[in-house]
Amino acid sequence: MNGVINDMEQIFTLTKNTPIAKDVYRAVLRGDTSRITVPGQFVNVKLDGFFLRRPISVCDWTIPFMGDEGELTLIYKVVGKGTDAMSRLKEGAELSVLTGLGHGFDVSASGKRPLLVGGGVGTPPMYGLAKKLVRAGISVDVILGFNTAEDVFLADEFEALNDLYEFGCEGFEGKKPEVRVYLATVSGETGTKGFVTDCVPKIGECTHYYACGPIPMLKALKAKMAETFPGTEGELSLEERMGCGFGACVGCSVETASGFKKVCTDGPVFPAAEVFCE
Amino acid sequence: MADIRTRLGDWTLDNPIIPASGTFGFGQEFAKLYDINILGSFSFKGTTKEPRFGNPTPRIAECTAGMINSVGLANPGIDKVIAGELPKLRGIFKKPVIANISGFSIDEYKYCCERIDKEDGIGIIEVNISCPNVHAGGMAFGTSPEAAAEVTRAVKSVTTKPVYMKLSPNVTSIVDIAKSCEAAGADGIALINTLLGMKIDIKRRKPVVANKMGGFSGPAIFPVAVRMVYQVYEAVKIPIIGMGGVASAEDVIEMMMAGASAVEIGAMNLTEPGICPKIIGELPGLCDSLGIENITDIIGAAHC
Repeated sequence: MNGVINDMEQIFTLTKNTPIAKDVYRAVLRGDTSRITVPGQFVNVKLDGFFLRRPISVCDWTIPFMGDEGELTLIYKVVGKGTDAMSRLKEGAELSVLTGLGHGFDVSASGKRPLLVGGGVGTPPMYGLAKKLVRAGISVDVILGFNTAEDVFLADEFEALNDLYEFGCEGFEGKKPEVRVYLATVSGETGTKGFVTDCVPKIGECTHYYACGPIPMLKALKAKMAETFPGTEGELSLEERMGCGFGACVGCSVETASGFKKVCTDGPVFPAAEVFCE
Repeated sequence: MADIRTRLGDWTLDNPIIPASGTFGFGQEFAKLYDINILGSFSFKGTTKEPRFGNPTPRIAECTAGMINSVGLANPGIDKVIAGELPKLRGIFKKPVIANISGFSIDEYKYCCERIDKEDGIGIIEVNISCPNVHAGGMAFGTSPEAAAEVTRAVKSVTTKPVYMKLSPNVTSIVDIAKSCEAAGADGIALINTLLGMKIDIKRRKPVVANKMGGFSGPAIFPVAVRMVYQVYEAVKIPIIGMGGVASAEDVIEMMMAGASAVEIGAMNLTEPGICPKIIGELPGLCDSLGIENITDIIGAAHC
């Protein structure tokens, strides 16, 4: 036995690993993605020389089909030695990945005009979510927030989802779904000057919201949404330092309105009403 | 092929491999990954009288060849464990389990052990004495031979199940603590618990974990664990469960040659979830290559 067990632990092969913004990289890996079923899930990547795995959100994925392996896209920021080592990996590198971890976004709760909010390195999982919603014929508003112009990434890819027309995907109003992207930078070099919350007043209608980003952003967004769209429910993707990533060690607990939960298995996505309640 | 069965007192285990408390929950998560009945046994999450959230997060930090945890005994409390977790556990795990019990006062240890004593399917009560005694200024029970003996006697007075005291390595003489526990009636000794450690984030200029310090575990501590098992084996006659940084089948053999009758594997479960089945699979072949017919033959073999 080489320790590969169940289908949670898979060996993936790196096919691309390229910088897309300041300190931000896109890694594409080939392997068995069948355990990834919902946007908002994450994977736990083992890196040589580092004891703990690195939990990274799934940005996008394709499923294995007709003997072809699936493709997994991860976007990550270099924040420490582990991610730095990851950024130096070359094409062909094989990585042990725990896949399909976590409870993701509830696509069925979107209603006809959901709002997606991504802050900094919280943006990647929102892309997979946007794609899934558009494929289901649903128009989405997307707010992306970054510090400066050189930090911005994925904005063009979100815009390009406007061309992701698929036959039969007529949406709620019998027409092609639309993706409207609003960009905010703290520096004001591009888009609206300020934070994602400064773009919320531009949104006409919101049936549900989904967000991922730094904790202060999530808290501020929850408050802004309660003020601007009272009664509209949302989902927030949290993060916490993890041990195992699959629920065994209880390192990543969070207090919620329903008691303590594990960010890795009960989350990382939680109903907005359940978290940041004080 | 070598026989890898081992014994802890009257209990024969199919193999010496036991996932350590805190790294295996109550078995449910790992049962989704592999058939946990291949294990010798496992030690469930440290259970206390009251339910505990544990320490504030972050409570995990990475170190070189190891990790620090300051989880702080997060658990649902003994009553929920007995009413909820144990029946679920018995549904998926058909061998005796090791019940890990922690306490912050003598009364709390007794409270929990009295209740565990009545349960079926418990092979050993593993008593964690690395906890602070709230009635003695927070000094850990396991740092004094007298306090360790007091906990041992208290627990032995309320249960007929085998009692193994799980020792802290953060002491001047672990041999003194072990001897004191044996003299007080312990049926076995389990060691080592985590080393007290700290990791500082040099960008933020403060410790990574909210609790500032925590338990350091993982391969880096293995030589310390081996040394302590070796020393305790010379000092006591009761069986020893060895643990601390075990990461391979070779480590298991090394720990047993130091004096362990069984071996717990902890931190490695987090980073390599298949580590226990892997090691169980490799042990017979490793024993064959080392000329070991029965793994019990090499318990304490490193002593002259």
